[in-house]
Amino acid sequence: MFGSPDEPALTLKNWSTADPADFVASAAKELAGTSFVANYGPPYNNSVGAVQRLGPFHLPDILGVRIPINTAKDFVLGPLGSQPGPRALSSALATYVAASTSQQQAWANAYANNTLNPDGSTRVTFVNGKVVMPPGNYGPVAVLMQQETQIARSGALDQALITPTGFYTTDYTRPSLFLADGGWFATQGQNQNLTGTQWGMMNETGSYPGQAWLWLYTMLYQIPPYNSTWAANADVDVWFTMVVLTGLLIFVPFIPGLRSIPRLTRVYRLIWRKHYRLIEQPAPGP
Amino acid sequence: MADDPVAADDDFVEPVTKTTGDPADAKMWTARLRRRIVQAFPPDRLLPDRQPAYVASWIYVFGVATVAALVVVIVTGCILAIKGPQWWHVSTVGHFVNSCHLWSVELFFFAMVIHLWGKFFMGAWRGRRAMTWIIGGVTFLGSIVTAFTGYISQTNFDSQWISTQAKDGINATGGGALFDVLNFGQMLMWHITLMPIVVVLLTAWHVLLVRRRGVVPPYPARAPRGATPMPGVAQ
Amino acid sequence: MIHLGTLHATLVALGGAPKSIVNLDRPGHYVHWHFIQISVANLIVIASMVAVFLLAILVPFPGHRSKGGQTDG
Repeated sequence: MFGSPDEPALTLKNWSTADPADFVASAAKELAGTSFVANYGPPYNNSVGAVQRLGPFHLPDILGVRIPINTAKDFVLGPLGSQPGPRALSSALATYVAASTSQQQAWANAYANNTLNPDGSTRVTFVNGKVVMPPGNYGPVAVLMQQETQIARSGALDQALITPTGFYTTDYTRPSLFLADGGWFATQGQNQNLTGTQWGMMNETGSYPGQAWLWLYTMLYQIPPYNSTWAANADVDVWFTMVVLTGLLIFVPFIPGLRSIPRLTRVYRLIWRKHYRLIEQPAPGP
Repeated sequence: MADDPVAADDDFVEPVTKTTGDPADAKMWTARLRRRIVQAFPPDRLLPDRQPAYVASWIYVFGVATVAALVVVIVTGCILAIKGPQWWHVSTVGHFVNSCHLWSVELFFFAMVIHLWGKFFMGAWRGRRAMTWIIGGVTFLGSIVTAFTGYISQTNFDSQWISTQAKDGINATGGGALFDVLNFGQMLMWHITLMPIVVVLLTAWHVLLVRRRGVVPPYPARAPRGATPMPGVAQ
Repeated sequence: MIHLGTLHATLVALGGAPKSIVNLDRPGHYVHWHFIQISVANLIVIASMVAVFLLAILVPFPGHRSKGGQTDG
């Protein structure tokens, strides 16, 4: 009668076809190690900048890096090396790998920084299946990005990202992280009112009700101090708050004051009104 | 006659043994366990015919409505499991079953939250019933985890979006190292094996506790008008 | 006896998204109020939850045999 929502999943092929400029800019950042995921910290890598803290504690550090992700190797160099490609690709890969780390950084950063104008608009154009960049000293990175875009548009990158360990796979961590690092994916969520600032957690695609029971969790992200002074650690602060509130709910029977609310609000007199009417009727007269 | 096998079968009456068993076996673990179970759950308490007179409000409907919705959730979930996680994208029948699964989940939470509100305002933890309340609360949490892993197991844009958003929250707590929301296989296993077992066991425990302790009696009444106040009766 | 083909056809008719009685695949509507933003669908769910709770408390429960000839007021 009501049906259920089923928007098809998005692929890197969709992304690189619909918005190649955004794809190239993101891929260059993955190679340069300047993307969101590249600087994520545990559980993906040892970066420290973005790790949230709860008071003095960095909770993600306790278990450390359990799902290692090296964005340059896993998202760009690895997939490119696994694909058959023109001679230019293998020589570009060889040049890049042989270069010093600082040289690699210089090339990749030059490329990544040149993908955008200072106002955030793109400088990448896509002409006749070729990525066209403003001139710059990119070394082998221009060829790498050209080929990365090529295999993404063919769908091969989607496969390469889920099958590095073999034929069978059920793990979509790598393609999901790559996809979510781009601006295009965020726009798709924004269009469906699904982002965090849109209370997206309790929303659903289309006109369906979503996980309405997450209202409190998603609301905390919208109010101070979680969205102001605590914004840098909002996730862990919201989680901590929810743990405390959940504890209060579960242990209501033992919490003075809280456990008296039903007695004091007297809603129970409505629920059991027949019972009270019966036993409180005036005693029979003498 | 005795030599007629059919007649002999008809005459057969299964012997009914007393639950106390043979005194000689009283120390066996089976006998001890049976005694404990029967003591805690005598049949008329496990499946009572009547509830006290004060159980007369629509609010009492929502506990069993939650269980009914859970049954539909599980049945539709089993059908989806039989056909596999991708079936519902390509089959209209599959899509129908998926829709039933989604809406029974919505009803499940709908009824459960009203049940929770009702029990809160009844102060239903009174009289050694705190454990019933706590198990109910934990079941609510377990249901949220189950629904969440279900949303991630849809294999569509919604699950992509939810998992990539949720990873930041869970990673910030450090839990992401063990609970990788981007790992579809792991989430599907949680959704279709671990969490259903947890939720069903918790629900069963919750219902058994309700049976064991009975429904909560009303708060003490005011003393009848014109009567001498009685000790223990709220004024 | 229900013919399996008929059952299948019924399910197909029920399951086809465009044939849903209420089509929820269209873009959703949202209510903004200060910092609160909520989809109309979720708002309906939450509002009806509160409404059903109030009804459950207020509407007399039928068919209960009260002691002492008391009836619902």
